[in-house]
Amino acid sequence: MTRFVLGRLLLLAVGLAVASVLVFGVLRLLPGDVAQSIAGTNGTPAQVAAIRASLGLDRPLLVQYLDWAGGLLRLDLGDSLVTGTPVAGEVAEKLGVTLPLAGLSLVVGLLVGVPLGVLAAVRHRRASGVALGVAAQVLAAVPVVWAGMLLIALFGVTLGWLPTQGFPIDGWDDPGRALRSLVLPALTIGLVEGAVLFRFTRSAAVGALDEDYVRAAAAKGMTTSRALVRHGLPNVALSVVSVLGLQVAGLVVGAVVVEQLFSLPGLGRMLVADVGRRDLTKVQGELMTLTAIVLLVGLLVDVLHRRLDPRLREAGS
Amino acid sequence: MSRGRGTLAGVLRRPAGAAAVAWLGLVAACALVSRVWTPLDPFTTDPYSAWAPPSAAHWAGTDAVGRDIASYLMAATGTTVVVAVSAGLVALVVGLGLAALGSLTARWVRDSVAVLIDVLVAFPTLLVAMALAAAFGGSLAVVVVAAGVGYGVTIARVSRAEIRRVLREDYVTAARAAGLGQLAVLRRHLLPNIAPVLVVQLSLAMATSILAEAGLSFLGYGASAETASWGRLLSDLQRYLGVHPWTVVWPGLAITLTVLALNLLGDAIRDAADPRLRTRTPVPTPEVTS
Repeated sequence: MTRFVLGRLLLLAVGLAVASVLVFGVLRLLPGDVAQSIAGTNGTPAQVAAIRASLGLDRPLLVQYLDWAGGLLRLDLGDSLVTGTPVAGEVAEKLGVTLPLAGLSLVVGLLVGVPLGVLAAVRHRRASGVALGVAAQVLAAVPVVWAGMLLIALFGVTLGWLPTQGFPIDGWDDPGRALRSLVLPALTIGLVEGAVLFRFTRSAAVGALDEDYVRAAAAKGMTTSRALVRHGLPNVALSVVSVLGLQVAGLVVGAVVVEQLFSLPGLGRMLVADVGRRDLTKVQGELMTLTAIVLLVGLLVDVLHRRLDPRLREAGS
Repeated sequence: MSRGRGTLAGVLRRPAGAAAVAWLGLVAACALVSRVWTPLDPFTTDPYSAWAPPSAAHWAGTDAVGRDIASYLMAATGTTVVVAVSAGLVALVVGLGLAALGSLTARWVRDSVAVLIDVLVAFPTLLVAMALAAAFGGSLAVVVVAAGVGYGVTIARVSRAEIRRVLREDYVTAARAAGLGQLAVLRRHLLPNIAPVLVVQLSLAMATSILAEAGLSFLGYGASAETASWGRLLSDLQRYLGVHPWTVVWPGLAITLTVLALNLLGDAIRDAADPRLRTRTPVPTPEVTS
């Protein structure tokens, strides 16, 4: 187990290092126009050069990278090229919206996908099971943006039940109001992710129905569905856990789009705005933070999976 | 060749496969026809007929500036086809290149490439696209490169495993023992055996790139205003969601049906090409949303 965790930690370190090189490299493919845009169109070449020097953009790329990457190790993401404020503070503040949104979305996805997936497996030869499968297949093809727009159209505009834009200015001071404004965004991501989780759960549960332990329990007089719930669910749960790591990438991407659609002041919306402003330091910091979240959750899920599965635990020690 | 034809027949025999092929054929036909003809000009604005409901003149109604939505959607199929096909090709080249490096080279190279693939597969495509957009500004080329490279890594992972499996088969060992050279083994035994997997992955890559285009165009970093695109229309209509909530149904439906058709086509090819694959659990796509 210890060896496994150490190996995974090493892979995480490699992943973060590769990510930092890629993020930094891609953003430097074009020489930065930031100095030019700060100086404005009337800026003389001398002014632009002075601004570039003050921002440290005139140093060799390797020095700039090492400076930035060294800061990352101390959780210092540098200062915004446009406003000069530290990036880390702003990122942390925005995570106060993005992380709850991603968490809620995951809860919605699990609540929708797993029980319905098991139900569809129990009924996989009946019309209701097939219908659930078709619904999930369609839902998995829906663009997140469109799912969000339809939910806004239905629950926001037509029925008027839930807020569709923005987040309380005082943040989580009034948890009820803050939560209400996250309901539709989380439903949007959660439903689409739930469709994917549904398909994994169903295929794992259908597989479990064929296993000897379920058939043995059924032979001893349990109904197949009870045998599945009693003996098959732990195995189904393991399969679901093993794909959760990959789903987190979907949650993060969903958050970027959904925050824009619902005007939520989260990390994704800030990223979209900063890309437009070409605020390279901020974009770098935001991309690294999102990537780190994906990789970190992937690691946690792998370790959890390893701990939960007795077969893997023995194989690894 | 006869094997490919048998697979095609198998796809068409399945209702879902036939429906998928029919829809994709319609999309391709629309893309071609829209080059020379659309019911109305997709970019002509007419303030007097803004927000017209669906009618004989405007099949799907009009938008805020009076553009005919049906004509616009039809013109936008061309964009979708170009994006999906180019992203699919990029993904195939990147995927096969990485997979070959990760399975046919010296041991230290292939092991390092394997680690690299494992690391890269965790990066969400949309974040890659945002990084490229920050450097180059948004464009459909950014969508194609990001979606192609993003999904290419998934293809690399899947086909690397497949290549290694095939290379261990007895018939490959036998062919080598009989004196067949490396290239001949690749051509005669490897390619035909991994082709079904590649075709399936190609259709999934195209589906992913269409979703990516919709997401990025919505964020403002995909298709430009002069290019008709389903994602672009979604983002145009979003501003009026409070007043005309249900016009967004049309572009969304077009995207969903096309992505669905590509997913179903992938499933049908997998089932038709290799019955053994049917019982296998689906390969997790790293990112279905965008």
